[in-house]
Amino acid sequence: MADNKHKLLEVKGLTMDFGGLRAVDSVTLEVHEGDIAALIGPNGAGKTTFFNCITGIYNPTKGDVLLHPKGQKTRRLNGLKPNKVTEMGLARTFQNIRLFPDMTVLENVMIGRHCRTNSGIFRAIIKGKGVQEEERQIVESSYQLLEKVGLADFANEFSKNLPYGAQRRLEIARAMATDPFLLLLDEPAAGMNPQETADLEQLICKISDEEEMAILLIEHDMKLVMNISDPIYVMEYGKKIAEGSPQEIKDNPKVIEAYLGEETDA
Amino acid sequence: MVTDMLQNFKQSIVVSLWFVFLTFPLMVVRVNTMNQEVIWRWMNMVWVAIGAFVLSYLWRYMLSRQQMRKQVADEGGEIRSRMQILLEDMSFRYRAMGFILLAALVFPLVFDTYQSTIMISALIYVVLGLGLNITVGLAGLLDLGYVAFFGVGAYSYALLNHHFDLGFWVTLPIGGIIGCLFGIVLGFPILRLRGDYLAIVTLGFGMIFKVVMENWDGLSFGPSGIANIDRPNFFGMDLSLANSTIYIYYIMIALVIFTILVTNRLKNSRIGRAWIAMREDEIACVAMGIDIARTKLSAYALGAFWAGMVGVLFASKTTFINPASFTFMESAIILSIVVLGGMGSILGVIIGAFFLILLPEYMRAFSEYRMLAFGAAMVLMMIFRPQGIISNLRQTYEYKGSKEKIDNG
Ligand SMILES: Nc1ncnc2c1ncn2[C@@H]1O[C@H](COP(=O)(O)OP(=O)(O)O)[C@@H](O)[C@H]1O
Ligand SMILES: [Mg+2]
Repeated sequence: MADNKHKLLEVKGLTMDFGGLRAVDSVTLEVHEGDIAALIGPNGAGKTTFFNCITGIYNPTKGDVLLHPKGQKTRRLNGLKPNKVTEMGLARTFQNIRLFPDMTVLENVMIGRHCRTNSGIFRAIIKGKGVQEEERQIVESSYQLLEKVGLADFANEFSKNLPYGAQRRLEIARAMATDPFLLLLDEPAAGMNPQETADLEQLICKISDEEEMAILLIEHDMKLVMNISDPIYVMEYGKKIAEGSPQEIKDNPKVIEAYLGEETDA
Repeated sequence: MVTDMLQNFKQSIVVSLWFVFLTFPLMVVRVNTMNQEVIWRWMNMVWVAIGAFVLSYLWRYMLSRQQMRKQVADEGGEIRSRMQILLEDMSFRYRAMGFILLAALVFPLVFDTYQSTIMISALIYVVLGLGLNITVGLAGLLDLGYVAFFGVGAYSYALLNHHFDLGFWVTLPIGGIIGCLFGIVLGFPILRLRGDYLAIVTLGFGMIFKVVMENWDGLSFGPSGIANIDRPNFFGMDLSLANSTIYIYYIMIALVIFTILVTNRLKNSRIGRAWIAMREDEIACVAMGIDIARTKLSAYALGAFWAGMVGVLFASKTTFINPASFTFMESAIILSIVVLGGMGSILGVIIGAFFLILLPEYMRAFSEYRMLAFGAAMVLMMIFRPQGIISNLRQTYEYKGSKEKIDNG
């Protein structure tokens, strides 16, 4: 089913060493247009490190990260600074929420628009028509994103005052504000209650339907993953041990041993 | 609440007794070695007891009040102070601004030259504070050598005036731009530094500037400095000292207004938001597509710009400068203004500057205790109002209309 879809992200043999520790070991992964792909695996498997490598926070030891935006030429992402990667069209959220606590909710999203706008210092001081129009558009599009994630009522609150689940949704809105081709979500449901998780599930589906964004998410909530994502990649000790549809993953003995098995132990 | 008070009361009594005990040999017993007799000053003991008790009680009372506020805040209650609510009222703001402007304009006409001179130095620190506020308050980049940029501006004017006879008005923007360039020069090597390292390097930069100015006789005339710098002339006319002071005062007022307008616009602009985001979380900021290097450099450059400009004015006001005016102490005072006023708050910085510059000026009698009072004020501030006099007020945005769009769509 994935064959006829346009391939958006292609990661080939990605390896990341921290001193003697190989946190990610030649992982190959693809995300196609319109996918909600998932990356799962026990804690410490190297999932977050994998995200950090493809978003430029770490420079991978080996491997290639290629982005193929539709109708545009291929971009090689490894070695780029994180802000360049975001400009190229990859946006992410963080496992341990990293909002700007002393900025308002709306301003947090407005920051996401930074790389798609361009007024500089002098134009900001003179504040002519062009800048005012740009500001208006930033506010408008940010507001619409807040409405999409259901936070418009909190637009002028400080983001540090939001409840946990709302903070996670705000991070998603902020990432979406950068107009990415691919949205990377690092454990978006962590710490959410079942109701919030259900809302999040809906939100992710809605984003996938309405926006031209593919999604790659790391998640521990198996119900969420099995419900919405296809394909699923499984990592353990830095290596990719399985990939496939939810059914294939559920039936894969390696996965049961590595991941699901561990869960029943715990 | 009542048990709290009782508790505080008891503890304060213990503290006061303890202090009496500690200071007993110093304050009460006095040995007169001439007559070989011991003088008991019991009154001193009473004073120590009362003083320690009152201070301790006050201290505990303030702390428990602080605690209560925090509790209210945690429960999601109203945490804005009365001051903040007042400040958010636009009409009050405009009226207050109008009043202050009027008072500022008639000030030199009502008071004498001496008062105007003091006011000028306070205004100089307002601009310095607002400039450093960009670097430290908004962008969150520590700068312990800020006075160097001030010095760069002052020396630019002094030298350009001395060698090329350039006037004040021509040099004012030049000083700012040279300050800017030095900001970038400092910015490059410290792009990757954070925390302690940043503090050390910026501190060193400030020191280096002073040392170079002291020793590079060929350029800066060494420790003896540069004298006979021209005052600003008024459309080609030279003014008397008194008139010239008034003139400089008005220039300073204009410069302050200009600074406020520009920094206010910057603060709520695309670039200002990037500065604040960088302060809040550098990794999240870069992950949102903001070029950290450019943002940092612009923050240093713009901060330094104001110091350079106001440095020109400083040189023209004193007509004499030497490296001794640009010590670390100055950097520390400017930084204190920003921290005391409230990081990132324009109004806070202005209040902070007046507070820190005028108070010592009008309390000359206590000038020996200046540093002591300064330190104590800082410590108290950090405990009771770590966010500064005026805490972070952010721009709010109104947006209507997309609701219907969503409904239609
Ligand atoms: N900056 C780092 N330096 C050294 N080791 C790291 C670093 N970041 C992650 N690791 C190690 O890499 C491994 C994978 O971590 P991580 O990617 O966070 O796992 P996951 O997100 O799958 O739970 C862990 O053993 C972790 O300790
Ligand atoms: Mg992780």
